[in-house]
Amino acid sequence: MSAAYSAPLRSTLFRHGLLVIAAALVLFPFLWIVAAAFKTQISLLTGQLLFQPTLANFVNVLFSSTSDYVRNFSNSLVIASASTVLVLVVATLAAYSLQCMQWPSWVLHSMLGWSVIFHMVPPITLAGAWYSMFRTIGLDNTYTGLILAHTTLNLPMALWMMGVFVRDVPKELIEAAKIDGAGTPRILRHVIVPLVRPGLAAAGILSFIFSWNEFAVVLTLSQRQTATVPVAIGKYAQENTIAYTEMAAASVLSMMPAVLLLLIAQRFIVRGLTTGAVK
Amino acid sequence: MYLSSTENARSASPEGLVENGSLQPLNRDRFWRNLTLAPAILLFLALTILPMVNLAVLSLHDIDWAQGLSSWTYVGLKHYASLAADSLFKASILNTLVFSTVAVSVQMVLGFALALLTSSIVHGRLFYRTVFLLPILVPGIIIGAIWKLMFSFDFGVLNQMAGAIGIMPRDWLGDATYSLASIIVVDIWHWTPFCFLLLLASLETLPQDVYEASDIDGATRWQSLWYITIPLMLPAIAVTFVFRLILAFKVFDEVYLLTGGGPGTSTEVVSFTIFRRFFTEDRPGYGSAMSITTFAFIALMIIVVSAVTRRKGSTS
Repeated sequence: MSAAYSAPLRSTLFRHGLLVIAAALVLFPFLWIVAAAFKTQISLLTGQLLFQPTLANFVNVLFSSTSDYVRNFSNSLVIASASTVLVLVVATLAAYSLQCMQWPSWVLHSMLGWSVIFHMVPPITLAGAWYSMFRTIGLDNTYTGLILAHTTLNLPMALWMMGVFVRDVPKELIEAAKIDGAGTPRILRHVIVPLVRPGLAAAGILSFIFSWNEFAVVLTLSQRQTATVPVAIGKYAQENTIAYTEMAAASVLSMMPAVLLLLIAQRFIVRGLTTGAVK
Repeated sequence: MYLSSTENARSASPEGLVENGSLQPLNRDRFWRNLTLAPAILLFLALTILPMVNLAVLSLHDIDWAQGLSSWTYVGLKHYASLAADSLFKASILNTLVFSTVAVSVQMVLGFALALLTSSIVHGRLFYRTVFLLPILVPGIIIGAIWKLMFSFDFGVLNQMAGAIGIMPRDWLGDATYSLASIIVVDIWHWTPFCFLLLLASLETLPQDVYEASDIDGATRWQSLWYITIPLMLPAIAVTFVFRLILAFKVFDEVYLLTGGGPGTSTEVVSFTIFRRFFTEDRPGYGSAMSITTFAFIALMIIVVSAVTRRKGSTS
């Protein structure tokens, strides 16, 4: 009996061993930067393993008069939240329209096809045009411009995802609601939205994270007043003498939203990232 | 009550036809159909199609700024012609191709191995998946910052470890011998989890009865991997590979932070060259020509790939 069990047990241990090594390789850089954030510049430069942790880096990042970090953080919050709400509204309406309202099939295909192409092309290819357009109509260096840009960048992903979720809503429910006299607004509010809530959560969380993370477009469309967190980190690296420990502290603070969302909403994130790819 | 039931009878008429039998959909339906799609169409028109047109027009001009006014000079296809002679652009295309092919191939192998391992264990799946997801969700620029510290010549952990085992420290980012390889390592670390996740998701949808049957026939684990899992997974593997390959062309944040395209042109990638020409050097006409060319190239690749997969899908 014990002999029969020992082989699978050994291979299970072996598998866990490999997975633990992989997990350590993934986690190590994060632990390294967290440690760096609590070090003084000197203990980082001398490579001490044991060190007296200091909060000075965080204090400098958050409260120093030369640091824009708090403003960058709130800019990121505003732009990511607003663009996420817009993305969800536009994508859900469009998904309902495309999946349930008998458009000719070329409309559906060209919308989804264009979404795929636009999603995969480097955003920097359009950033130049956005810059010159926004400058002409006075939207450069404004929240509105950045929110619109991020809405456009994340719309393809949300449109694709909401399309899959709306398609899975049983058509009989929509027909039944119609027979009961419900118009489009009521069908959307009382039939579609409650049934695609997991889709909204997945698309919303990912859209927020992607907007929070987006760098190239904000770099080109923003100035000091509207710059977001990634631009702040990018600026640290451009200084002549890089304040490494402060860059580490700012990085740790900027990872918080992603880490929090990963811990509380992993299910939706996984679902969002794999929707469409699997089907 | 009675009122609403007559209303119901009207909307319940088959296929949404109006009572007088004409084949028009109800005006109200058409109104809502157009209204619900309008925001998405407007966004796409205003912020993707119009900018493309804008870029196309820009790419045929030289733009000079003087006292806040721009003067446009039509130059025809001059910018496109000079693209072919731009050694930086050529270097960036070559680097991007090497970067994405090598990085994505390694990501696929590692991601597939991790997915197989994770799907074969019973306990701890959630833990491993949570850990592996982390790099996908963190801003690319922060991943650059993390690795900039780890690659540092003076105090980076890589050189510390190398020193501990008696290897000379290396300038991982500042030496053209290692710089592209270093960027590739960062990308592998960053995106292997994405391949892992997609491959794990399709592993979990494989039919279990095939495995039971092969178990009964006495297949070893390697045999069932080679003769069942990999053939069944081939479509998913191909799709994930191509998907990641095209997305890898987007790389910008890490390069911006880690090397700025240098030393020399050793890590110059396409997105970064466009950024440099358009913004840093303030050459919108030429930068636009570069953008249009890149856009067209990637769009073409996507169209070809999806045509091929569609044909494969319909014949099998």
